[in-house]
Amino acid sequence: MGLFGTFGFEEAGLYDEYEKLNPDITIKQDVIERNENYYPALLNHLTSNSGLADVQAVEVANIAEVVDTQADRFMDLGKAEGASEDAFLDWKWQQATADDGKTIGLGTDVGPMAVCYRKDHFEAAGLPTDREEVAKLWEGDWEKFLDAGRDFRKNGPEGVAWVDSADAVYDGAIASSEGKYYDESGEVIYKDSPDVEAAWGIASTAAEEKLTGNLEQFTKQWDQAMSNGDFATISCPAWMLGYIQEKGGTKAEGKWDVAQSPRPGNWGGSFLGVPESGAHKEEAAKLVAWLTAPEQQAKLFAERGNFPSAPPAYDMEAVRTATNPYFGDAPIGELFSAAAEEIPVQTIGPKDQVIDDNIGNGLQLIEQGKQDPDGAWDEAVKAVDNALDQ
Amino acid sequence: MTQTGTAVDAPPSAEGGAVPKRPATEDRRQKWRSRRYRWDAKLSPYAFISPFFLFFAAFGLFPLLYTAWASLHRVELTAPTDMEWAGLHNYTRLFEDHFFWNSLWVTFTLAVLSTVPQLLMAMGLAHLLNYKMRAASFFRVAMLAPYATSVAAATLVFAMLYGRDYGLINWFFGLFGVDEIDWKSGDWTSKIAISTIVIWRWTGYNTLIYLAAMQAVPHDLYESAALDGASRWKQFRYVTIPSLRPTILFTVVVSTIGSVQLFGEPLLFEEGAGASGGPDHQFQTLGLYLYEQGWRNLHLGRAAAIAWVMFLILVVIGIVFGLISRRLRKS
Repeated sequence: MGLFGTFGFEEAGLYDEYEKLNPDITIKQDVIERNENYYPALLNHLTSNSGLADVQAVEVANIAEVVDTQADRFMDLGKAEGASEDAFLDWKWQQATADDGKTIGLGTDVGPMAVCYRKDHFEAAGLPTDREEVAKLWEGDWEKFLDAGRDFRKNGPEGVAWVDSADAVYDGAIASSEGKYYDESGEVIYKDSPDVEAAWGIASTAAEEKLTGNLEQFTKQWDQAMSNGDFATISCPAWMLGYIQEKGGTKAEGKWDVAQSPRPGNWGGSFLGVPESGAHKEEAAKLVAWLTAPEQQAKLFAERGNFPSAPPAYDMEAVRTATNPYFGDAPIGELFSAAAEEIPVQTIGPKDQVIDDNIGNGLQLIEQGKQDPDGAWDEAVKAVDNALDQ
Repeated sequence: MTQTGTAVDAPPSAEGGAVPKRPATEDRRQKWRSRRYRWDAKLSPYAFISPFFLFFAAFGLFPLLYTAWASLHRVELTAPTDMEWAGLHNYTRLFEDHFFWNSLWVTFTLAVLSTVPQLLMAMGLAHLLNYKMRAASFFRVAMLAPYATSVAAATLVFAMLYGRDYGLINWFFGLFGVDEIDWKSGDWTSKIAISTIVIWRWTGYNTLIYLAAMQAVPHDLYESAALDGASRWKQFRYVTIPSLRPTILFTVVVSTIGSVQLFGEPLLFEEGAGASGGPDHQFQTLGLYLYEQGWRNLHLGRAAAIAWVMFLILVVIGIVFGLISRRLRKS
């Protein structure tokens, strides 16, 4: 298995279980921490047809590009033994399916979003701490989320930012909108998209008013800030819970809780594909079908918090009644299921990740005080256009 | 061969058995042997060094030519065989490419910021090590330790030291009431920070090269200088430095080449920045820009053009230093 980040299959005991069921199979995984290092290598290996694992993971931000350009190098998992289209969210299945109907990857998880928040900081700032009431603070509108942040800054503890980064606010806002960077015909429209403009508006305002901690996500600085409680809220897709728990450790135990996001959206989620050139194609396809079956997805959610991309799992006991003790016994099964139902179906495009990264850079320029929002937008556009120009 | 097999069966000359004509087989063998010796002497050396050239052809020359070929095309990493002729487009566009000029400037400033202090310090340290002292070999080995450390490990440690909120360096400055410095996002602070990593890694290496050269300076020179009443400093200036000129030139060339190719340190300096060299591209070197174009944006043709421009820059630098060294030798 070639993976990136934290899929958690091994930690949730799924490999052991599969090996017990199939004694002649051994599963080894090779994990690269950051997708931005994993993905270029994967492309290299695909185009040169060498160095590939029997199973390769693909992030949702890259799936459109892989479907567009590499489909003939992957097996059609739509026909794999044990895989069933009906078991998956329709949009999740479509994302990995080429125009000719070939499905090159099966979804592992989706990222319905909530907002994780620090109860202790909220209390100190005189904000409610109960998750229902907290959700009401910003229900339906990211603008209200900023308002709550302004309240927090007035009364909250010194040195604690309202939210970790402007980029994360942007990710939350854009994920909960109808459109993203491409229109349905595949044209890049990020410059004129009202959705992008709105999300940029929210995030750049947060940056300009210094509601953000200027903490770039997935860096050491961010990890340390998380463990020390230097920010009060964070956009929280289901998979983020495991991360917060890992970095927060016992120091932050019981201080976090989860509330509904202003508007639900999807952030992240991956696919597993089987390259045509693999040595154990049939076995790999069977394993992928098994790993992504609703039962296993439900187990993974219970153990690691990765939210299933298979709706039949939502009714299973393990998901429905799941609570997370680290987050004050938050009913995460119920919470994320509700969010998952409201996720808007977006058109994703081949260069989503590149566009996203450069917009994030632009927001950082505001946080660092190097640009005002207009200047930062111009810089971001310049960088995106340069990156897209072949 | 002109002789044929029939000659073998020809009877000896009828005229009274003079020295029989040497049988042609013998003759042929002899000829063959001497030819083989000649070939052996001529060709064997080439055979012995051929592995280098074969490997060079496969892993040096071919990529170089392939890169040149690719740089003349519009080609993406997602389909490297699918090439569309673009002529010099990839090169001409670099002239108006703001990000390319930025990376060239960053590369140049980083080169100056790291090479100059590095070589000066190396020179001073070598001079100190050249004195008779206790545990000299310990210090010499210690000098080389940073060089033996991997770029990744060293950079990660430095990146932590330069952390904004919990970095050791800011903590230290904080003792003197200096505000937190955001090393990584600042335009100059990030460059200074990265140069310190380069300096830390390479100073010892250059020190040892200087030390070796210093030890080759004849001792008489120092003795006679001392007799003439030259101080240590004057000895260093008028004896050591002039004798070290070719060595200094060598280290300058090597460091310059290293600086143009600077890649690992800025890439790993800030985890989140990846190949962009910070949100403002404030520490995006040529190497990083090449990597970003090729492996993040997947434009193989554009990346190939940048690679060739880097190569040409190095060739120019090589020629310039070649001229300087010829000048030096004459003087």
